[in-house]
Amino acid sequence: MYDIKAYYEAESVEEAARLLAEKPNLKLIAGGTDVLIKMHGGQLEEAELLSLRKIKSLENIHVRDDGTVAIGAMATFSVIFHNAMLKKLIPVLTEAAVSMGGPQIRNIATIGGNVCNGATSADSASSLFALNARLKLQDEKGERVVPIREFYLGPGKVALNPGEILTEILIAPEDYLGFGGQYIKFAMREAMDIATLGVAAVCKVENGNFAEVRIGLGVAGPTPLRCLEAEEYARGKKITAETLKEIGKLAVRSTKARTSWRASKEYREHLVEELTQRALKTAVVNAGGAEVV
Amino acid sequence: MFKRIAFTVNGKAYDFEVDVRESLLEVLRNHLGLTGAKQGCGVGECGACSVLIDGVPHDTCIFLAVWADGKDIRTIEGVAGINGELSQVQQAFVEEGAIQCGFCTPGLVLTTTALKESGKDYTREELKRELSGHLCRCTGYQNIAKAAEKSLEGHICTCEDSPHYKGAII
Ligand SMILES: Cc1cc2nc3c(=O)[nH]c(=O)nc-3n(C[C@H](O)[C@H](O)[C@H](O)COP(=O)(O)OP(=O)(O)OC[C@H]3O[C@@H](n4cnc5c(N)ncnc54)[C@H](O)[C@@H]3O)c2cc1C
Ligand code: FES
Ligand code: FES
Repeated sequence: MYDIKAYYEAESVEEAARLLAEKPNLKLIAGGTDVLIKMHGGQLEEAELLSLRKIKSLENIHVRDDGTVAIGAMATFSVIFHNAMLKKLIPVLTEAAVSMGGPQIRNIATIGGNVCNGATSADSASSLFALNARLKLQDEKGERVVPIREFYLGPGKVALNPGEILTEILIAPEDYLGFGGQYIKFAMREAMDIATLGVAAVCKVENGNFAEVRIGLGVAGPTPLRCLEAEEYARGKKITAETLKEIGKLAVRSTKARTSWRASKEYREHLVEELTQRALKTAVVNAGGAEVV
Repeated sequence: MFKRIAFTVNGKAYDFEVDVRESLLEVLRNHLGLTGAKQGCGVGECGACSVLIDGVPHDTCIFLAVWADGKDIRTIEGVAGINGELSQVQQAFVEEGAIQCGFCTPGLVLTTTALKESGKDYTREELKRELSGHLCRCTGYQNIAKAAEKSLEGHICTCEDSPHYKGAII
Protein backbone atom coordinates (compact mmCIF):
# COMPACT_ATOMS: atom_id res chain seq x y z
CA MET A 1 0.00 0.00 0.00
CA TYR A 2 1.15 3.48 -0.76
CA ASP A 3 1.64 6.01 2.00
CA ILE A 4 -1.31 8.17 0.97
CA LYS A 5 -3.03 10.20 3.67
CA ALA A 6 -5.69 11.81 1.51
CA TYR A 7 -6.79 11.66 -2.08
CA TYR A 8 -8.69 14.33 -4.00
CA GLU A 9 -9.61 14.57 -7.65
CA ALA A 10 -10.67 17.54 -9.69
CA GLU A 11 -12.88 17.52 -12.78
CA SER A 12 -11.64 20.83 -14.18
CA VAL A 13 -8.49 22.94 -14.05
CA GLU A 14 -10.40 25.63 -12.16
CA GLU A 15 -11.46 23.15 -9.51
CA ALA A 16 -7.91 21.81 -9.22
CA ALA A 17 -6.52 25.35 -8.90
CA ARG A 18 -9.08 26.18 -6.22
CA LEU A 19 -8.28 23.02 -4.25
CA LEU A 20 -4.55 23.73 -4.52
CA ALA A 21 -5.06 27.26 -3.23
CA GLU A 22 -7.15 25.98 -0.29
CA LYS A 23 -4.78 23.16 0.61
CA PRO A 24 -1.18 24.06 -0.21
CA ASN A 25 -0.02 20.63 1.00
CA LEU A 26 -1.58 18.81 -1.92
CA LYS A 27 0.77 16.98 -4.26
CA LEU A 28 -0.36 16.84 -7.87
CA ILE A 29 -0.47 13.43 -9.47
CA ALA A 30 -0.85 12.80 -13.22
CA GLY A 31 0.31 9.37 -14.41
CA GLY A 32 2.03 8.71 -11.10
CA THR A 33 5.09 7.09 -12.69
CA ASP A 34 7.37 9.45 -10.77
CA VAL A 35 5.15 10.21 -7.76
CA LEU A 36 4.29 6.58 -6.91
CA ILE A 37 7.89 5.46 -7.42
CA LYS A 38 9.00 8.15 -4.96
CA MET A 39 6.43 6.90 -2.45
CA HIS A 40 7.57 3.35 -2.96
CA GLY A 41 11.12 4.50 -2.22
CA GLY A 42 10.07 6.40 0.90
CA GLN A 43 11.00 9.81 -0.53
CA LEU A 44 7.41 10.99 -0.29
CA GLU A 45 5.48 10.18 2.89
CA GLU A 46 1.91 10.72 4.07
CA ALA A 47 1.06 12.21 0.73
CA GLU A 48 -2.08 14.19 0.17
CA LEU A 49 -2.70 13.74 -3.52
CA LEU A 50 -4.65 15.84 -5.97
CA SER A 51 -5.29 13.85 -9.12
CA LEU A 52 -5.58 15.54 -12.53
CA ARG A 53 -6.71 12.31 -14.20
CA LYS A 54 -10.35 13.29 -14.55
CA ILE A 55 -9.60 16.57 -16.33
CA LYS A 56 -10.18 15.49 -19.91
CA SER A 57 -9.51 18.97 -21.36
CA LEU A 58 -5.84 18.57 -20.38
CA GLU A 59 -5.41 15.62 -22.78
CA ASN A 60 -6.13 17.71 -25.86
CA ILE A 61 -3.55 18.13 -28.65
CA HIS A 62 -4.34 20.68 -31.34
CA VAL A 63 -3.01 23.34 -33.66
CA ARG A 64 -4.28 26.84 -32.98
CA ASP A 65 -5.35 29.17 -35.77
CA ASP A 66 -2.00 30.97 -35.65
CA GLY A 67 -0.16 27.66 -36.17
CA THR A 68 0.90 27.20 -32.54
CA VAL A 69 0.94 23.55 -31.53
CA ALA A 70 -0.68 23.11 -28.11
CA ILE A 71 -0.16 19.87 -26.22
CA GLY A 72 -2.22 19.29 -23.08
CA ALA A 73 -0.16 18.47 -19.98
CA MET A 74 -2.07 15.20 -19.47
CA ALA A 75 -1.31 13.85 -22.95
CA THR A 76 0.46 10.52 -22.47
CA PHE A 77 3.58 9.59 -24.40
CA SER A 78 1.62 6.90 -26.27
CA VAL A 79 -0.95 9.44 -27.36
CA ILE A 80 1.80 11.84 -28.44
CA PHE A 81 3.66 9.14 -30.35
CA HIS A 82 0.52 8.03 -32.19
CA ASN A 83 -0.72 11.55 -32.95
CA ALA A 84 -0.55 11.84 -36.75
CA MET A 85 -0.51 15.62 -36.71
CA LEU A 86 2.47 15.79 -34.33
CA LYS A 87 4.27 13.11 -36.30
CA LYS A 88 3.94 15.26 -39.39
CA LEU A 89 4.70 18.65 -37.86
CA ILE A 90 7.18 17.88 -35.07
CA PRO A 91 8.55 14.36 -35.52
CA VAL A 92 11.50 15.15 -33.24
CA LEU A 93 9.02 15.17 -30.36
CA THR A 94 7.17 11.98 -31.31
CA GLU A 95 10.54 10.22 -31.59
CA ALA A 96 11.44 11.40 -28.11
CA ALA A 97 8.04 10.20 -26.90
CA VAL A 98 8.51 6.64 -28.11
CA SER A 99 12.03 6.47 -26.69
CA MET A 100 10.84 6.87 -23.11
CA GLY A 101 10.14 3.96 -20.78
CA GLY A 102 8.34 0.97 -22.25
CA PRO A 103 4.82 0.62 -23.67
CA GLN A 104 2.99 0.32 -20.35
CA ILE A 105 4.83 3.36 -18.97
CA ARG A 106 4.10 5.39 -22.11
CA ASN A 107 0.45 4.42 -21.82
CA ILE A 108 0.13 6.34 -18.57
CA ALA A 109 3.10 8.70 -18.16
CA THR A 110 2.25 12.25 -19.19
CA ILE A 111 4.38 14.90 -20.85
CA GLY A 112 3.34 17.39 -18.16
CA GLY A 113 4.59 15.06 -15.43
CA ASN A 114 7.82 14.54 -17.35
CA VAL A 115 8.47 18.28 -17.49
CA CYS A 116 7.30 19.10 -13.95
CA ASN A 117 9.35 16.30 -12.44
CA GLY A 118 12.39 18.38 -13.40
CA ALA A 119 14.80 15.56 -14.29
CA THR A 120 17.67 16.35 -16.63
CA SER A 121 17.09 12.91 -18.15
CA ALA A 122 13.45 13.65 -19.05
CA ASP A 123 13.16 12.34 -22.59
CA SER A 124 10.82 15.09 -23.72
CA ALA A 125 13.04 17.87 -22.40
CA SER A 126 15.85 18.03 -24.98
CA SER A 127 13.32 18.22 -27.81
CA LEU A 128 11.19 20.78 -26.00
CA PHE A 129 14.32 22.87 -25.35
CA ALA A 130 15.33 22.66 -29.02
CA LEU A 131 11.79 23.64 -30.02
CA ASN A 132 11.70 26.72 -27.73
CA ALA A 133 8.60 25.30 -26.08
CA ARG A 134 6.63 27.55 -23.76
CA LEU A 135 4.66 26.33 -20.79
CA LYS A 136 1.24 27.61 -19.82
CA LEU A 137 0.80 27.63 -16.06
CA GLN A 138 -2.47 28.29 -14.33
CA ASP A 139 -3.37 29.03 -10.74
CA GLU A 140 -6.46 30.32 -8.98
CA LYS A 141 -5.70 33.89 -10.01
CA GLY A 142 -4.85 33.43 -13.66
CA GLU A 143 -2.37 32.22 -16.24
CA ARG A 144 1.20 32.88 -17.24
CA VAL A 145 3.45 31.52 -19.95
CA VAL A 146 7.09 30.61 -19.26
CA PRO A 147 9.79 29.57 -21.76
CA ILE A 148 10.94 26.06 -20.91
CA ARG A 149 14.54 27.24 -20.52
CA GLU A 150 13.46 29.37 -17.57
CA PHE A 151 11.40 26.57 -16.05
CA TYR A 152 14.16 24.13 -15.13
CA LEU A 153 15.99 25.50 -12.07
CA GLY A 154 18.02 22.50 -10.88
CA PRO A 155 17.79 18.75 -10.43
CA GLY A 156 14.13 18.06 -9.61
CA LYS A 157 13.47 21.78 -9.25
CA VAL A 158 11.16 23.69 -11.56
CA ALA A 159 9.74 27.21 -11.55
CA LEU A 160 6.26 26.13 -10.55
CA ASN A 161 4.88 28.53 -7.95
CA PRO A 162 2.76 27.09 -5.13
CA GLY A 163 -0.75 26.59 -6.47
CA GLU A 164 0.25 26.41 -10.13
CA ILE A 165 -0.66 23.69 -12.60
CA LEU A 166 0.97 23.14 -15.96
CA THR A 167 -1.89 23.07 -18.46
CA GLU A 168 -0.34 23.25 -21.93
CA ILE A 169 2.94 23.03 -23.76
CA LEU A 170 3.08 25.48 -26.65
CA ILE A 171 5.31 25.39 -29.73
CA ALA A 172 5.15 28.44 -32.00
CA PRO A 173 5.06 28.01 -35.79
CA GLU A 174 8.29 29.97 -36.28
CA ASP A 175 10.02 27.39 -34.09
CA TYR A 176 9.00 24.29 -36.05
CA LEU A 177 7.83 25.21 -39.57
CA GLY A 178 10.51 24.45 -42.13
CA PHE A 179 12.73 22.76 -39.55
CA GLY A 180 14.05 19.22 -39.69
CA GLY A 181 14.98 17.47 -36.49
CA GLN A 182 16.38 14.37 -34.86
CA TYR A 183 16.38 13.00 -31.31
CA ILE A 184 19.00 10.52 -30.20
CA LYS A 185 18.60 8.80 -26.87
CA PHE A 186 21.83 7.16 -25.86
CA ALA A 187 21.22 4.46 -23.24
CA MET A 188 22.56 1.05 -22.35
CA ARG A 189 19.34 -0.71 -23.31
CA GLU A 190 16.96 -0.04 -26.16
CA ALA A 191 13.91 0.06 -23.91
CA MET A 192 13.11 0.76 -20.28
CA ASP A 193 16.27 2.69 -19.62
CA ILE A 194 17.13 6.20 -18.54
CA ALA A 195 19.24 8.17 -21.02
CA THR A 196 22.99 8.43 -20.54
CA LEU A 197 22.64 11.35 -22.91
CA GLY A 198 19.74 12.81 -24.87
CA VAL A 199 20.40 14.97 -27.94
CA ALA A 200 17.75 16.84 -29.89
CA ALA A 201 18.83 18.87 -32.90
CA VAL A 202 16.62 20.94 -35.17
CA CYS A 203 17.76 23.01 -38.11
CA LYS A 204 16.62 25.03 -41.06
CA VAL A 205 18.56 24.83 -44.31
CA GLU A 206 18.91 27.49 -47.02
CA ASN A 207 21.01 26.98 -50.18
CA GLY A 208 23.29 24.49 -48.48
CA ASN A 209 23.80 26.73 -45.44
CA PHE A 210 22.45 26.52 -41.93
CA ALA A 211 19.82 29.23 -41.58
CA GLU A 212 19.27 28.23 -37.97
CA VAL A 213 20.35 25.44 -35.63
CA ARG A 214 19.05 24.66 -32.15
CA ILE A 215 20.48 21.92 -29.98
CA GLY A 216 18.92 20.64 -26.75
CA LEU A 217 20.79 18.24 -24.48
CA GLY A 218 19.62 16.09 -21.59
CA VAL A 219 21.92 14.62 -18.89
CA ALA A 220 24.74 16.94 -20.02
CA GLY A 221 24.25 19.06 -16.90
CA PRO A 222 22.01 19.33 -13.83
CA THR A 223 19.14 20.47 -16.06
CA PRO A 224 18.46 20.04 -19.77
CA LEU A 225 20.29 22.76 -21.68
CA ARG A 226 20.88 24.45 -25.01
CA CYS A 227 24.19 24.76 -26.88
CA LEU A 228 23.99 28.45 -27.63
CA GLU A 229 27.62 28.93 -28.64
CA ALA A 230 27.45 26.13 -31.18
CA GLU A 231 24.09 27.42 -32.46
CA GLU A 232 25.48 30.92 -32.93
CA TYR A 233 28.51 29.56 -34.77
CA ALA A 234 26.34 27.50 -37.11
CA ARG A 235 24.19 30.38 -38.31
CA GLY A 236 24.83 31.04 -42.00
CA LYS A 237 27.64 28.47 -42.24
CA LYS A 238 27.93 26.13 -45.19
CA ILE A 239 26.81 22.64 -44.24
CA THR A 240 29.96 20.53 -44.40
CA ALA A 241 31.57 17.82 -42.32
CA GLU A 242 33.98 20.46 -40.95
CA THR A 243 31.16 22.73 -39.84
CA LEU A 244 29.47 19.80 -38.11
CA LYS A 245 32.70 18.90 -36.41
CA GLU A 246 33.14 22.41 -35.07
CA ILE A 247 29.51 22.46 -33.88
CA GLY A 248 30.15 19.20 -32.01
CA LYS A 249 33.22 20.68 -30.30
CA LEU A 250 31.45 23.91 -29.38
CA ALA A 251 28.44 21.99 -28.07
CA VAL A 252 30.62 20.43 -25.37
CA ARG A 253 31.42 23.93 -24.05
CA SER A 254 27.79 24.47 -23.02
CA THR A 255 27.69 21.28 -20.97
CA LYS A 256 28.26 20.67 -17.29
CA ALA A 257 28.43 16.90 -17.44
CA ARG A 258 29.40 14.98 -14.35
CA THR A 259 30.46 11.49 -13.49
CA SER A 260 27.71 9.15 -12.36
CA TRP A 261 27.43 5.39 -12.22
CA ARG A 262 25.99 5.48 -15.74
CA ALA A 263 28.95 7.21 -17.34
CA SER A 264 32.00 9.37 -16.62
CA LYS A 265 32.14 13.07 -17.40
CA GLU A 266 34.70 12.44 -20.14
CA TYR A 267 32.57 9.80 -21.78
CA ARG A 268 29.50 12.03 -21.69
CA GLU A 269 31.47 14.87 -23.28
CA HIS A 270 32.66 12.54 -25.99
CA LEU A 271 29.04 11.52 -26.57
CA VAL A 272 27.96 15.16 -26.79
CA GLU A 273 30.57 15.92 -29.43
CA GLU A 274 29.79 12.85 -31.50
CA LEU A 275 26.01 12.57 -31.12
CA THR A 276 25.37 16.26 -31.73
CA GLN A 277 26.97 15.79 -35.14
CA ARG A 278 25.02 12.63 -35.87
CA ALA A 279 21.71 14.15 -34.81
CA LEU A 280 22.35 17.27 -36.85
CA LYS A 281 23.37 15.23 -39.89
CA THR A 282 19.98 13.52 -39.92
CA ALA A 283 18.21 16.78 -39.06
CA VAL A 284 19.76 18.36 -42.18
CA VAL A 285 18.31 15.62 -44.38
CA ASN A 286 14.95 15.92 -42.60
CA ALA A 287 15.05 19.66 -43.25
CA GLY A 288 15.44 18.98 -46.98
CA GLY A 289 19.20 19.52 -47.15
CA ALA A 290 21.74 17.28 -48.89
CA GLU A 291 23.34 14.49 -46.92
CA VAL A 292 26.73 15.39 -45.50
CA VAL A 293 29.29 12.72 -46.30
CA MET B 1 -9.62 7.04 3.37
CA PHE B 2 -11.98 5.01 1.22
CA LYS B 3 -13.61 5.70 -2.12
CA ARG B 4 -16.43 3.93 -3.84
CA ILE B 5 -15.65 2.82 -7.38
CA ALA B 6 -17.48 0.86 -10.06
CA PHE B 7 -15.66 -1.12 -12.72
CA THR B 8 -15.78 -4.39 -14.61
CA VAL B 9 -13.24 -7.18 -14.55
CA ASN B 10 -13.44 -9.83 -17.25
CA GLY B 11 -17.01 -8.75 -17.98
CA LYS B 12 -18.18 -8.92 -14.37
CA ALA B 13 -19.34 -5.68 -12.76
CA TYR B 14 -18.06 -4.62 -9.34
CA ASP B 15 -19.04 -1.71 -7.17
CA PHE B 16 -17.31 -1.33 -3.79
CA GLU B 17 -15.15 0.83 -1.59
CA VAL B 18 -11.41 0.73 -2.04
CA ASP B 19 -8.72 2.08 0.24
CA VAL B 20 -7.12 5.01 -1.62
CA ARG B 21 -3.69 3.65 -0.65
CA GLU B 22 -4.17 0.45 -2.61
CA SER B 23 -2.85 -0.34 -6.06
CA LEU B 24 -5.07 -2.03 -8.60
CA LEU B 25 -2.76 -5.03 -8.33
CA GLU B 26 -3.56 -5.34 -4.62
CA VAL B 27 -7.28 -5.11 -5.27
CA LEU B 28 -7.17 -7.72 -8.04
CA ARG B 29 -5.07 -10.17 -6.05
CA ASN B 30 -6.22 -9.62 -2.48
CA HIS B 31 -9.89 -8.72 -2.84
CA LEU B 32 -10.96 -10.35 -6.08
CA GLY B 33 -8.71 -13.39 -5.84
CA LEU B 34 -7.39 -12.87 -9.35
CA THR B 35 -3.78 -13.88 -8.81
CA GLY B 36 -2.82 -14.15 -12.47
CA ALA B 37 -1.26 -10.70 -12.37
CA LYS B 38 1.99 -11.02 -10.42
CA GLN B 39 4.00 -8.62 -8.36
CA GLY B 40 7.56 -8.60 -9.62
CA CYS B 41 9.37 -5.31 -9.14
CA GLY B 42 6.51 -3.19 -7.81
CA VAL B 43 7.88 -0.11 -9.60
CA GLY B 44 6.74 -0.35 -13.21
CA GLU B 45 9.85 -2.02 -14.60
CA CYS B 46 8.95 -5.66 -15.24
CA GLY B 47 5.38 -5.96 -16.55
CA ALA B 48 4.53 -9.03 -14.45
CA CYS B 49 1.53 -7.11 -13.10
CA SER B 50 0.23 -5.88 -16.47
CA VAL B 51 -3.46 -6.11 -17.30
CA LEU B 52 -5.57 -4.51 -20.02
CA ILE B 53 -7.43 -1.40 -18.95
CA ASP B 54 -9.93 -0.36 -21.60
CA GLY B 55 -7.95 -2.65 -23.89
CA VAL B 56 -4.58 -1.01 -23.21
CA PRO B 57 -1.70 -2.67 -21.27
CA HIS B 58 -0.99 -1.01 -17.93
CA ASP B 59 1.25 -1.93 -15.01
CA THR B 60 -1.15 -2.34 -12.09
CA CYS B 61 1.51 -2.06 -9.37
CA ILE B 62 1.72 1.66 -10.15
CA PHE B 63 -1.96 2.14 -10.99
CA LEU B 64 -4.00 3.32 -8.02
CA ALA B 65 -7.14 1.27 -7.45
CA VAL B 66 -9.28 4.44 -7.38
CA TRP B 67 -8.25 5.09 -10.98
CA ALA B 68 -10.11 1.94 -12.03
CA ASP B 69 -13.42 3.75 -11.55
CA GLY B 70 -15.46 3.39 -14.73
CA LYS B 71 -12.86 1.17 -16.42
CA ASP B 72 -13.15 -2.14 -18.19
CA ILE B 73 -10.39 -4.44 -16.99
CA ARG B 74 -9.19 -7.67 -18.47
CA THR B 75 -6.86 -10.02 -16.66
CA ILE B 76 -5.33 -13.31 -17.77
CA GLU B 77 -8.25 -15.10 -16.09
CA GLY B 78 -10.52 -13.56 -18.74
CA VAL B 79 -8.57 -14.66 -21.80
CA ALA B 80 -9.51 -18.32 -22.25
CA GLY B 81 -12.92 -19.37 -23.61
CA ILE B 82 -15.87 -20.15 -21.30
CA ASN B 83 -15.07 -23.83 -21.27
CA GLY B 84 -11.41 -23.21 -20.59
CA GLU B 85 -10.23 -23.63 -24.18
CA LEU B 86 -7.05 -21.63 -24.74
CA SER B 87 -7.16 -18.47 -26.80
CA GLN B 88 -5.15 -18.37 -30.00
CA VAL B 89 -2.46 -16.32 -28.27
CA GLN B 90 -2.24 -18.69 -25.32
CA GLN B 91 -2.06 -21.63 -27.73
CA ALA B 92 0.80 -19.97 -29.61
CA PHE B 93 2.73 -19.47 -26.35
CA VAL B 94 2.29 -23.16 -25.53
CA GLU B 95 3.25 -24.34 -29.01
CA GLU B 96 6.36 -22.20 -29.19
CA GLY B 97 7.55 -23.17 -25.71
CA ALA B 98 7.45 -19.52 -24.70
CA ILE B 99 6.82 -20.35 -21.05
CA GLN B 100 9.19 -21.58 -18.40
CA CYS B 101 8.42 -20.49 -14.84
CA GLY B 102 5.40 -18.58 -16.12
CA PHE B 103 5.83 -15.45 -14.00
CA CYS B 104 5.99 -13.13 -17.01
CA THR B 105 3.44 -15.06 -19.07
CA PRO B 106 0.14 -13.43 -18.00
CA GLY B 107 1.46 -9.98 -18.87
CA LEU B 108 2.98 -11.08 -22.16
CA VAL B 109 -0.14 -12.94 -23.23
CA LEU B 110 -2.30 -9.90 -22.42
CA THR B 111 -0.08 -7.45 -24.30
CA THR B 112 0.06 -9.81 -27.28
CA THR B 113 -3.72 -10.16 -27.10
CA ALA B 114 -4.09 -6.37 -27.21
CA LEU B 115 -1.79 -6.19 -30.25
CA LYS B 116 -3.73 -8.95 -31.99
CA GLU B 117 -7.09 -7.36 -31.26
CA SER B 118 -5.89 -3.99 -32.55
CA GLY B 119 -6.01 -5.53 -36.04
CA LYS B 120 -2.97 -3.45 -36.98
CA ASP B 121 0.15 -4.59 -38.83
CA TYR B 122 3.49 -4.58 -37.05
CA THR B 123 7.04 -4.96 -38.23
CA ARG B 124 9.18 -7.33 -36.19
CA GLU B 125 10.97 -4.33 -34.82
CA GLU B 126 7.70 -2.73 -33.72
CA LEU B 127 6.53 -6.01 -32.22
CA LYS B 128 9.70 -6.22 -30.13
CA ARG B 129 9.20 -2.66 -29.04
CA GLU B 130 5.61 -3.34 -27.98
CA LEU B 131 6.74 -6.31 -25.88
CA SER B 132 9.71 -4.51 -24.36
CA GLY B 133 7.85 -3.61 -21.17
CA HIS B 134 7.91 -7.24 -20.05
CA LEU B 135 10.96 -8.80 -18.48
CA CYS B 136 11.44 -12.56 -18.68
CA ARG B 137 14.15 -14.10 -16.54
CA CYS B 138 13.88 -17.58 -18.03
CA THR B 139 13.28 -17.95 -21.73
CA GLY B 140 15.74 -15.60 -23.38
CA TYR B 141 12.86 -14.05 -25.34
CA GLN B 142 13.35 -15.93 -28.62
CA ASN B 143 10.38 -18.20 -28.11
CA ILE B 144 8.28 -15.36 -26.80
CA ALA B 145 8.98 -13.42 -29.98
CA LYS B 146 8.06 -16.48 -32.04
CA ALA B 147 4.84 -16.97 -30.09
CA ALA B 148 3.91 -13.32 -30.53
CA GLU B 149 4.62 -13.51 -34.24
CA LYS B 150 2.53 -16.63 -34.53
CA SER B 151 -0.30 -14.91 -32.67
CA LEU B 152 -0.14 -12.03 -35.13
CA GLU B 153 0.13 -14.22 -38.21
CA GLY B 154 -0.77 -12.18 -41.26
CA HIS B 155 -0.07 -8.93 -39.44
CA ILE B 156 3.71 -9.03 -39.33
CA CYS B 157 5.19 -7.02 -42.09
CA THR B 158 8.60 -8.18 -43.24
CA CYS B 159 8.51 -7.17 -46.90
CA GLU B 160 11.51 -5.07 -47.84
CA ASP B 161 9.57 -2.59 -49.96
CA SER B 162 7.33 -1.71 -47.02
CA PRO B 163 7.88 1.70 -45.45
CA HIS B 164 7.90 -0.18 -42.12
CA TYR B 165 10.66 -2.57 -43.06
CA LYS B 166 13.74 -2.15 -40.90
CA GLY B 167 15.52 -5.44 -41.58
CA ALA B 168 14.99 -8.96 -40.33
CA ILE B 169 15.88 -8.79 -36.67
CA ILE B 170 14.74 -11.99 -35.03
C1 LIG C 1 9.71 2.01 -15.21
C2 LIG C 1 9.88 3.47 -15.50
C3 LIG C 1 10.61 3.87 -16.61
C4 LIG C 1 10.78 5.22 -16.89
N1 LIG C 1 11.48 5.57 -18.00
C5 LIG C 1 11.63 6.87 -18.31
C6 LIG C 1 12.35 7.25 -19.49
O1 LIG C 1 12.85 6.42 -20.25
N2 LIG C 1 12.46 8.58 -19.78
C7 LIG C 1 11.92 9.53 -18.97
O2 LIG C 1 12.03 10.71 -19.29
N3 LIG C 1 11.24 9.21 -17.84
C8 LIG C 1 11.10 7.90 -17.49
N4 LIG C 1 10.42 7.57 -16.35
C9 LIG C 1 9.94 8.62 -15.45
C10 LIG C 1 8.47 9.02 -15.61
O3 LIG C 1 7.74 7.99 -16.22
C11 LIG C 1 8.30 10.28 -16.46
O4 LIG C 1 8.99 11.37 -15.89
C12 LIG C 1 6.83 10.64 -16.66
O5 LIG C 1 6.68 11.45 -17.79
C13 LIG C 1 6.18 11.31 -15.48
O6 LIG C 1 4.83 11.61 -15.82
P1 LIG C 1 3.62 11.20 -14.88
O7 LIG C 1 2.39 11.67 -15.55
O8 LIG C 1 3.68 9.80 -14.49
O9 LIG C 1 3.95 12.14 -13.63
P2 LIG C 1 3.61 12.04 -12.09
O10 LIG C 1 4.43 11.01 -11.43
O11 LIG C 1 2.15 12.00 -11.86
O12 LIG C 1 4.14 13.50 -11.66
C14 LIG C 1 5.51 13.86 -11.79
C15 LIG C 1 5.73 15.23 -11.13
O13 LIG C 1 5.11 16.27 -11.86
C16 LIG C 1 4.11 16.93 -11.09
N5 LIG C 1 3.03 17.18 -12.04
C17 LIG C 1 2.45 16.26 -12.86
N6 LIG C 1 1.57 16.85 -13.69
C18 LIG C 1 1.59 18.18 -13.39
C19 LIG C 1 0.92 19.33 -13.92
N7 LIG C 1 0.05 19.22 -14.93
N8 LIG C 1 1.18 20.53 -13.37
C20 LIG C 1 2.09 20.65 -12.36
N9 LIG C 1 2.76 19.61 -11.82
C21 LIG C 1 2.52 18.39 -12.34
C22 LIG C 1 3.81 16.00 -9.94
O14 LIG C 1 3.38 16.70 -8.80
C23 LIG C 1 5.15 15.35 -9.73
O15 LIG C 1 6.00 16.16 -8.98
C24 LIG C 1 10.20 6.21 -16.04
C25 LIG C 1 9.46 5.80 -14.92
C26 LIG C 1 9.28 4.45 -14.65
C27 LIG C 1 8.47 4.04 -13.46
S1 FES D 1 5.36 -5.56 -10.64
FE1 FES D 1 4.44 -4.03 -11.80
S2 FES D 1 5.86 -3.67 -13.34
FE2 FES D 1 6.92 -5.03 -12.04
S1 FES E 1 9.08 -17.67 -18.01
FE1 FES E 1 10.04 -17.21 -16.14
S2 FES E 1 10.06 -15.06 -16.20
FE2 FES E 1 9.43 -15.53 -18.18
